[in-house]
Amino acid sequence: MQTILEPCRVKKNYWRDLWTYRGLFQVLAARDISVRYKQTVIGVAWALIRPFLTMVIFTVIFGRVAKLPSEGNAPYALMVFAGMLPWQFFSNALSEASNSLVSNANLLTKIYFPRLIVPTASVIVSFVDFLISFVILVGMMVYYQYAPSWQILLLPVFVAVAFFASLGPGLWITSLNVKYRDFRYIIPFLVQFGLYVSPVGFSSSVVPEKWRLLYSLNPMVGVIDGFRWCILGGDSTINWNTFGMSLAVTSFFLWLGIHQFRKMERTFADLI
Amino acid sequence: MPGDVVISVEKLSKRYLVGHQSAGAGDSYQSLREALVRHGRNMARKTLDMARGRQIIQGDEVEEFWALKDVSFEVGQGEVVGIIGRNGAGKSTLLKVLSRITEPTKGRITLRGRVAALLEVGTGFHPELTGRENIFLNGAILGMTKAEIRAKFDEIVDFSEVEKFLDLPVKRYSSGMHVRLSFAVAAHLDPEILIVDEVLAVGDVNFQKKCLGKMKDVTKTDGRTVLFVSHNMSAIRSLCTRAILLRQGGLSKDGNPIEVIEDYLGANDAASFDGLISDDLPRVYETGEARVRRIQLLGDEGRPTNHVAMGSPMEWLVQFEVLKPVDDLLVELGMLDTDMNQLTQSLSVLHGRPGYNLTPGRYEVRVRIDAVFHPGSYSMLVGLHHQTDGATVDWIERAVDFEVMNGPSDSPYHYSAREVRAFIRPPETWTEPKRLVEPA
Repeated sequence: MQTILEPCRVKKNYWRDLWTYRGLFQVLAARDISVRYKQTVIGVAWALIRPFLTMVIFTVIFGRVAKLPSEGNAPYALMVFAGMLPWQFFSNALSEASNSLVSNANLLTKIYFPRLIVPTASVIVSFVDFLISFVILVGMMVYYQYAPSWQILLLPVFVAVAFFASLGPGLWITSLNVKYRDFRYIIPFLVQFGLYVSPVGFSSSVVPEKWRLLYSLNPMVGVIDGFRWCILGGDSTINWNTFGMSLAVTSFFLWLGIHQFRKMERTFADLI
Repeated sequence: MPGDVVISVEKLSKRYLVGHQSAGAGDSYQSLREALVRHGRNMARKTLDMARGRQIIQGDEVEEFWALKDVSFEVGQGEVVGIIGRNGAGKSTLLKVLSRITEPTKGRITLRGRVAALLEVGTGFHPELTGRENIFLNGAILGMTKAEIRAKFDEIVDFSEVEKFLDLPVKRYSSGMHVRLSFAVAAHLDPEILIVDEVLAVGDVNFQKKCLGKMKDVTKTDGRTVLFVSHNMSAIRSLCTRAILLRQGGLSKDGNPIEVIEDYLGANDAASFDGLISDDLPRVYETGEARVRRIQLLGDEGRPTNHVAMGSPMEWLVQFEVLKPVDDLLVELGMLDTDMNQLTQSLSVLHGRPGYNLTPGRYEVRVRIDAVFHPGSYSMLVGLHHQTDGATVDWIERAVDFEVMNGPSDSPYHYSAREVRAFIRPPETWTEPKRLVEPA
C-alpha cells in the first residue's frame, strides 16, 4: 500500500481511507454520548426528560398562549411535537457539527484520520437524540390514541433529508470556523432565526402565498412538513413543490459543504 | 523485504507564517489613538487576507518561517532511525508531515505501508471516561480495530499496571498512571512504520526502561521500521541503527548514531577557538546598547582551548562592544549541560555594587572560576545585563561548547566511578571521624 504526500495533491485514496477508518464514526459518537451522562444522578433518563419538557413548554406557549391554529383534527401537542422533532435534530446537529473541528483540535494536531468523520460523528450524536425523542413521540401517539396511516413508512426519507440538510451547512461552517473563528458566534443567531421561520410552532398553511417561494428556500420547511405529513397522515397537508425545493437546497449545501471541507482539510492542523 | 525503501523523502520543505507584535506595541504605555490605529490597520490587513483566501495572522507584522528546508533521505525496511537536533530544529514538524497531519509546502514523500504515529501520549483520552473505555477510544483513534483491542486488552492492562483503577474515570488518575496507560495502548500497535516523538521523556525511570525495552522488542523481533525523535542520547545509541541530525530545518548529518550524536553535542573544530560571536547569530534578547563580540576559554599559557581538566581553575575571556553609552552594565556567564539546563551563574558585579558605566568602544573582562566541575560536555552562555533592574542588554544561549576532562588518575581530582553524577563538587572541609562515647 503506497501513499504519496505532496503539496496540493488530490487525495485519491480519501474515500478508501474513510472506509478504513469507518470504526471511528461510531467511536467518536459513542464517546460524546457516554460522556454526557457521566457523574449525573439521573443518568440516561435525561435523554428522555429533556425532549419531554421541551414538548410541554412548546405546547403551552404556542398552543395556549399564542393560540396558533392546529391542522385538521390532530391534537395540537402532537402537531407541535411532530414539527419540533426534526427541527431539534437539525439545529443540534448543525450547532454541534459547526464546532466539532475546533473542539477536537487535540485529535487533529496529533493523529491522522479523514477529518470528515468528526462533523459527521456530531450529526450522528444528534441523530441518536432524535431517536430517543421519537420514542416519546410514539408514547404521545399512544396517549392520544392517534393511529398513523401508511404515510409513516416514508418517514426515513424525511429523516435522511434532515440528516444531510444539517451535514451540508455544518461541514461548510466548521471548515471555515477553523480559519475564521467568527463563525462560532454566527451559529446561535442562525439557529434562533431558523426556529421562527420554520413550521415548528405553526403550520405551513398559515404562510401567505406571496411569501411562499422565499419561505421554501429553508430546507427544513419541506422536511418538517413532510415529517408532519408522515405522522399525522391526512390531517396534515404536504406541498410536493416545497419538498422538491428543500431537496434541491439540501443537495446544493451538501455539495458546497463537502467541497469546502475537502479544499480546506489539509490546512486544519496548521490553523486550528 | 528488508532493505526495501519504505520511506522516501525528497526535498521536503515546510513553511509557516508567523505574526509579530511591532516593537512598541507590547510596551507599557500606549496612547488610545496609537492603539486604535494599530488595531484598525490589523483588521484591514486581516480582512484583505480573508478576501484573498489567505491565512489570517495575529499581530502587526507577518514573517515567513521555514521549519524544514530541502530535507531528503530514504529509510529501508527494518531500520530504526533516530532523529536528533536542538529544540526548533524541525524534528516534530518532520514527524507531523510524515504522519499526514500537515501537508508539505514543497517536496514529496512516498510511504509504503501502514503508518502509526505517536506524537503525544494519551491522544484522544477523555477525562470523564474510565480507563477501560479510554483504552478502546485511544486504540480506535490510533487505528486499531475493536477486535484487535479486545485481543490485546489484557496485555495492555498488564503493561500499564493500572488494573486496580481501570474502572475509574481517567481524570482521577495520577500523571504517572495517565502516561503508563496511554503508552501501554500505543505500545501494542502494529503498523509497518512506527513514528514516535519524544514521548518516552515521561514517566519514572522504571517505566522509561520498560518502554525502551518494549520498543526494542518491536524493532528487533518484528522487523518494523521506526522513526524516533528523542533528546535521550543513550536511548538513541542503544536503539537506533542510524541517526539523522536536523539543524535549523535542514538535514545536517545522516549516518552512524555515535558519529551523529558527537556532531550534535558540538565537537568544535579543533583548529580555531576564536570564540567570535557573529552579528548574525540569533539572539534571544537584546537592546542594542552593547553586544558580546567574543568569548573564549583560556587554557595553559592563556591559549584558547575547548577543554579543561577537572580540578583546574577555568579562565574565561569575554570581549564586548558598547554601541551606545551604557550605565550599570554587568557581564553574566552560565554553564549549561547537554540538555540545556543552566547549572551555574556567574555575575561580574556583586549585588549592591554598581554596574559599569561605559562609553562606546570595545572592552574585555576576564574571570577565573575556581570551582571543581565533574567530567562532561558543557556549553557556556554569555549575557550583558543592567545591574539594578536586571534588564537584558544582550544574551546568547549557547555561545561556546567545552569539555571538562577527567583528571589524571594520580590527581585528587579524578572521577573513578563509571557514570558521572552531578556536575560540581562544592568547596568543603570535612572533619576526621571522631569516635562517639556512649552515654553511661
